Amino acid sequence: MSSPPLTQLPNPIRPAFEQGTTEGSVIVNIGPSHPATHGTIQIVAELSGERVIRTDVHCGYLHRGFEKECESHTWHNLIPYVDRLNYCSALINDFAYCEAVEKLMGIEITPRAKYLRTLLAEYSRIADHLTCIAAALMELGAMTAFLYLVTIRDYIYEHLADLTGARVTYSYGRIGGLARDLPEGWLKRLGEILDEMDTFTGRVHGLVDRNRIFIDRMRNVGVISTADAVSYGFTGPLLRSTGVPRDLRKDTPYLAYAELDFEVPVGIKGDNYDRYYVRMREIDESAHMIRQLMEMLPDGPVCVDDRRCTFPEKQLVYTEIESLINHFKLVMEGPQVPPGEVYSAHEGANGELGFYLVSVGGGVPWKVHCRSPSFVHMGGVHKMLDGYQLADIVPTFGSINMIGGECDR
Amino acid sequence: MSEAVFEQVREHLGPVAQEAAVAHGVLALTIEPASLLDVVRALKDTFGFDMFTDVTAVDWPEREPRFDVVWHFYSTRHFGRVRVKTRVPLADPTVDSLVPFYGSARFMERECHEMYGIRFRGNDDLRPILLYEGFEGHPLRRDYPKQKEQPLVPYRDVKP
Repeated sequence: MSSPPLTQLPNPIRPAFEQGTTEGSVIVNIGPSHPATHGTIQIVAELSGERVIRTDVHCGYLHRGFEKECESHTWHNLIPYVDRLNYCSALINDFAYCEAVEKLMGIEITPRAKYLRTLLAEYSRIADHLTCIAAALMELGAMTAFLYLVTIRDYIYEHLADLTGARVTYSYGRIGGLARDLPEGWLKRLGEILDEMDTFTGRVHGLVDRNRIFIDRMRNVGVISTADAVSYGFTGPLLRSTGVPRDLRKDTPYLAYAELDFEVPVGIKGDNYDRYYVRMREIDESAHMIRQLMEMLPDGPVCVDDRRCTFPEKQLVYTEIESLINHFKLVMEGPQVPPGEVYSAHEGANGELGFYLVSVGGGVPWKVHCRSPSFVHMGGVHKMLDGYQLADIVPTFGSINMIGGECDR
Repeated sequence: MSEAVFEQVREHLGPVAQEAAVAHGVLALTIEPASLLDVVRALKDTFGFDMFTDVTAVDWPEREPRFDVVWHFYSTRHFGRVRVKTRVPLADPTVDSLVPFYGSARFMERECHEMYGIRFRGNDDLRPILLYEGFEGHPLRRDYPKQKEQPLVPYRDVKP
């Protein structure tokens, strides 16, 4: 059987419009695979000359059935899978998911795990913001700034690989704690990286903040009002760039955020420049938090002593029948989560990352739903594209930081 | 701060809601599908739940009515969270759309519609969003087999 020619294949999308509204307007298709948009997304746009009249945004090209797949694995097995939602800051996904399960099980994690999770979540947030800004700047031609930022990101990836064994998808969270404790000298290197990062972000500030070309492309482009942002469910840096200090870390503190001193940076009018600047300032705040956490980090175990979820020491598994059975039960049947439902939200790098879990008891979830910020943002992105130039789609889209993994799930 | 609001909501919506309990920091209301718009209007206008964060469904194949439709709301003023839940049967899985209240509803309802087949009355744009045009069935229903494949582009023959 030979495949039909590509022209005969059905169109995967049905555009919202096929006719222009004004004389002489044209409808163009941008994406789904376009060199200037990071993330696989398709934008059908009606143009009048270079001006965008309206847009129809289609996502889903990275859909892989995350929620369906979750219904046939144990609670533990999902940890590597949630890593792949927002792969720029995988640790935040890990911790948000684990905390949701812990709430269902009524587990309170150990102090060391709590502070370590907070520290690593902020570290991941830095990596995510660095990626977003670096890519957005590169798309505007700022290659030097891109290289400065991804240099630091690479230091962070290597450093996290020392801790977790992986550069991008770490599988480091565990229900009830963390996979392992810090290796020797990890915090010392962390301090060095943060100091170096301050130098490099300082250089990026110097290169672009008052750069005429940068300002012309970013200022007053992709503006969204606070009212629209709230109505469209925008959270995270996008909402803060409109001028409201809404941050789950401050408003509904979780982990150790209530004990930390930090500010919530806000923008002025919700344009691209504000989104750039809010992210840059959040990097500083995250570094400030990490430095505090390095001082506060208590000693002690990183996992709770609870046989329902924590794996026994390997040493004991090989020498003692109870631990062997415990290990076997946890692997084969999964942690026994009591029936119930929970919605738990963390401040992800892009906004509110929520997990809605439904358990009917047993080791396998009945339902796992991920409320991903990127998907909700895509529902309102037309507000930031319509009325601007065709070329503005690239920086606006870059400043939104849509992550295909969590948007399409 | 949100506890006081929860108490007011319970007082106000107590007669409409079959259940209203706070669990894990979220006020969970169970209501009849018919009273959805009134409840949401009260939540938004009276109690300040100005952000609609999520809508999804839960499938209980053994139960009648079969589906739970679940909405989550958040307030950017008092930081309370509320979950509204209602039951709809397989024969007529229809609820009202929240498009008149929240901009985010249009997109999120599209996802819930394609995944579970819930119809949102008043949302005129229920095209597939994560799936593609022409996809048959609703993959997150429990009776949709996980291994089922319906590729849009047919597989090519590969010679051994």
